[in-house]
Amino acid sequence: MLILECPYCGVKAEETELTAGGEAHLKRYGPGSSDDEFEGYLFTRENPMGVHFERWRHSNGCGKWFHAARSTTTLEVFGTYSAQTTEPPQEIKDKISARHPGWSWRDQS
Amino acid sequence: MSDIATSLNGASFEGITRVEEMRAQGMITLRGDFADPAFVSAVTGLVEADMPGQRQVSTGAERSILWMSPDELMVLCTYAEAPILEAKLRDALADQHALVANVSDARACFELVGGDLREVLAKLAPVDMSPEAFAVGDLRRTRLAQVAGAFWLSSEDKAQIVCFRSVGEYMFNLLKTAAQPGSSVGFI
Ligand SMILES: [Zn+2]
Repeated sequence: MLILECPYCGVKAEETELTAGGEAHLKRYGPGSSDDEFEGYLFTRENPMGVHFERWRHSNGCGKWFHAARSTTTLEVFGTYSAQTTEPPQEIKDKISARHPGWSWRDQS
Repeated sequence: MSDIATSLNGASFEGITRVEEMRAQGMITLRGDFADPAFVSAVTGLVEADMPGQRQVSTGAERSILWMSPDELMVLCTYAEAPILEAKLRDALADQHALVANVSDARACFELVGGDLREVLAKLAPVDMSPEAFAVGDLRRTRLAQVAGAFWLSSEDKAQIVCFRSVGEYMFNLLKTAAQPGSSVGFI
């Protein structure tokens, strides 16, 4: 069972209180972008075995969206953080580095 | 005045706790910036209760304020007063980016009285209901079986549950099932 702490209401919510919102930190490419950029935005997703960054919503709770960093293989949660950011906070990245030296995910490492 | 038709017209059930639909609870949803002193003073002044802390219920002499999220509160008052208080709050918050809505008719409210009420909630929600983890005055928004709901303890002998009116009957049936006589687990 995956348990994520909602950074907005502080509840340690188990998975059934949450809704998965897919990959985190996608940059939207809309009108005026190239076909490749638009295709990447719509369809190209990371599917790693290991460190991953996701969006979740505390849907059966305070209703807020937030971000989570976790390992898809061990289900270890490195932390959750605000939705109002375009990249993971350094503190979360440091926690991941402590457990998985040399990790990388898209342009993050 | 004509009777107010609630979801289940005050149905009740006696089991390991008493389950009762509350008749006509006044409820006003508020959204705004808790960091703005003007929002806080307008709300606490009109409701006559303190600002609640995170996931807390603040009880005043006649009304209560529930913490629903970092930018959402719910005010409890009498059903008759709700439209009046709603208008006053709307006036007071007119200059702010805030929302005021009387949701009294959009919700169903239940009360659990006495007995193993903590167990009944623990059977239905993914929440640690031990007294150390969930105290009187704490509030939790969560799910109860398959529907969203919020509950809090107004005393050790009384829990209140709020859900959407459209799932009021489902909630009542759930609570009845979880409160079946003889179904105490004896864990909490
Ligand atoms: Zn939350």
